[in-house]
Amino acid sequence: MATQTTHHVAMTLADHLPILQVLIPFITAPLIVFIGRRELAWPLAFIASATSFLIACLLLSKVIGGGVISYQIGGWAPPLGIEYRVDAANAFVLFLVTGIATLVLPYARYSVGAEMPQRTQTLFYSLFLLCMTGLLGVTITADAFNVFVFLEISSLSTYVLIAQGSYRDKRALTASFNYLIMGTIGATFFVIGLGFLYMATGTLNMADLADRLAGQYDSRTVRAGFAFILVGMGLKVAIFPLHFWLPNAYTYAPSAVTTFLAATATKVAVYVLLRFIFSVFQPAFLAETSTLEIIFYPFALLAMFAASATAIFQRDLKRMLAYSSIAQIGYMLLGIALLSETGLMATILHLFNHGITKAALFMGVGAYALRSKSTFYIDLQGLGKTMPWTSAAVVIGGVSLIGVPGTAGFLSKWLLVQAALEQGYWPISMLIVASSLLAVIYVWRLVETLYLSAPNSEQPIREAPLSMLLPLWIVALACIYFGFETDITLGAAKAAAQALLAGSSGMMH
Amino acid sequence: MRHHLILRVITKLLVGTIFLFALYVQFHGDYSPGGGFQAGVIMAVGFILYGIVFSLDKAQKVFPPWLVHKLVAFGVLLYGGTGIYSILMGYAYLDYTAIDPNHPSHGQHLGILIVELGVGITVTGVMVAVYYAFAARTPVLSDEDW
Repeated sequence: MATQTTHHVAMTLADHLPILQVLIPFITAPLIVFIGRRELAWPLAFIASATSFLIACLLLSKVIGGGVISYQIGGWAPPLGIEYRVDAANAFVLFLVTGIATLVLPYARYSVGAEMPQRTQTLFYSLFLLCMTGLLGVTITADAFNVFVFLEISSLSTYVLIAQGSYRDKRALTASFNYLIMGTIGATFFVIGLGFLYMATGTLNMADLADRLAGQYDSRTVRAGFAFILVGMGLKVAIFPLHFWLPNAYTYAPSAVTTFLAATATKVAVYVLLRFIFSVFQPAFLAETSTLEIIFYPFALLAMFAASATAIFQRDLKRMLAYSSIAQIGYMLLGIALLSETGLMATILHLFNHGITKAALFMGVGAYALRSKSTFYIDLQGLGKTMPWTSAAVVIGGVSLIGVPGTAGFLSKWLLVQAALEQGYWPISMLIVASSLLAVIYVWRLVETLYLSAPNSEQPIREAPLSMLLPLWIVALACIYFGFETDITLGAAKAAAQALLAGSSGMMH
Repeated sequence: MRHHLILRVITKLLVGTIFLFALYVQFHGDYSPGGGFQAGVIMAVGFILYGIVFSLDKAQKVFPPWLVHKLVAFGVLLYGGTGIYSILMGYAYLDYTAIDPNHPSHGQHLGILIVELGVGITVTGVMVAVYYAFAARTPVLSDEDW
């Protein structure tokens, strides 16, 4: 701006990390289309996602101690300008999204090659990066309207990515269309909610919103805005009664897409929910409206049981895992509803641990889909012998999904039980354990199919290619690694919970 | 459409005017109502009208689908590239001062023009691509079946 030009201090590359985090995949996406060569699409996409993974690591290492990095787009200071703001909470989510993307891309090379015709593959990688851009943007921005814009970028590309499953099964088209309708309703509700908040406060910067909302918690405009935002995001999160788009979308999408979405998309939506519940609105407002108690508790518990029970009766492995995802989202909501630092830590930790667990499982499913051409249990019988490496990794993922000690899944569930006990809600901690038993049933059913049933088909089924096994094993080992090495994830979750609970205090006003 | 003489003549007259108006909206968008989005839609209308009256094939001869796809990507690259330029010059992303550090207001003006041009190109491309995608679908009934 005019006054700064004479004394302008050139920004270094390190200052630009927050924008580069989003910009690199964002620019690479059109670049892939512009170059338009199939053999360059994958390498470019991989370089972009690996670079942004490195950036996410750098950002996380800078803020894990409790710092905040702020970046002003176009040099315009917030609250007028758009601000990117990195703290421990979103740096951890950025780390998850970029990490999963960097693992899914090598996996996708073979899997997408087998599931899609060649002419669509160039555009596929471009869309994949756009989807990633949207998720990263939603996570990093501190501008509430910017959240909506990036949400639309990720959603629109997601609809197309899911529809790509139609080369394998035509039902992907209706699944994608259903998600399009539900997702659009969700995004519309979200933006209506933002409209109410803007009407009440005249600002869109999250920290500024928090400050200005603090005195207005009795206003009906603000309450209506909160309700719209909650329902809108709830659709994206797939909170229990709003989850109907999810099973079909996950089942019929291409394997690589399902892996990426299951591990990141709903997790980012949970992060947005956290950000709005704890930073934009303060718990003081929430206690007043008691939304969490009346809505989150029962639906979180319902999700944990109803979705787990539905998962048990599925005949398709991919659909079973989709229902299990809905149940796992129940745990995350429960952590939010407990309204304590431990509960919040449990939610954030589970967000990460469930992300890698589901990535391992869905990658395994993709390998089965490649070799046995089906993901129905009946076609997976005896694959434990013919595809030993894939099946072993899937079992590790399954064990982590149950929450057996020594795996990542155990830690977050343990923390959740602790959080419930801290508040004196021992029946809830019993329910958490009870719903984990349901997970034992559906995972055992999978193990039984893989190892204890006689093979169904006569022709021999080969092991999945190395390019798919390697990413699969990296996430499977990560499930075990993060079950023992707790400093990184627990430290990040603690810092993230504190950053969220700190709310707007210490921000710019 | 071979026998619709009036439609064809009027369209030929109109298409040029539409393009000119699109460019007017494009380059006056920074100070008056308009801008890249509106201009892009108007520009696309020119191609779509031409396609409706003179058939899709002729429209695709003028504006081939591969070019449409490239332009969609190019517009975004132009927008993002402006931001990358300001990063390289040591300013924040999309800080247009970087374009002309000695006259920041000139830089801002030029920056907006370039960015809006990017928007215009992409919107033109997307609108035409949507039209091509719908129009290229084989109809259930051909014109002769009516």
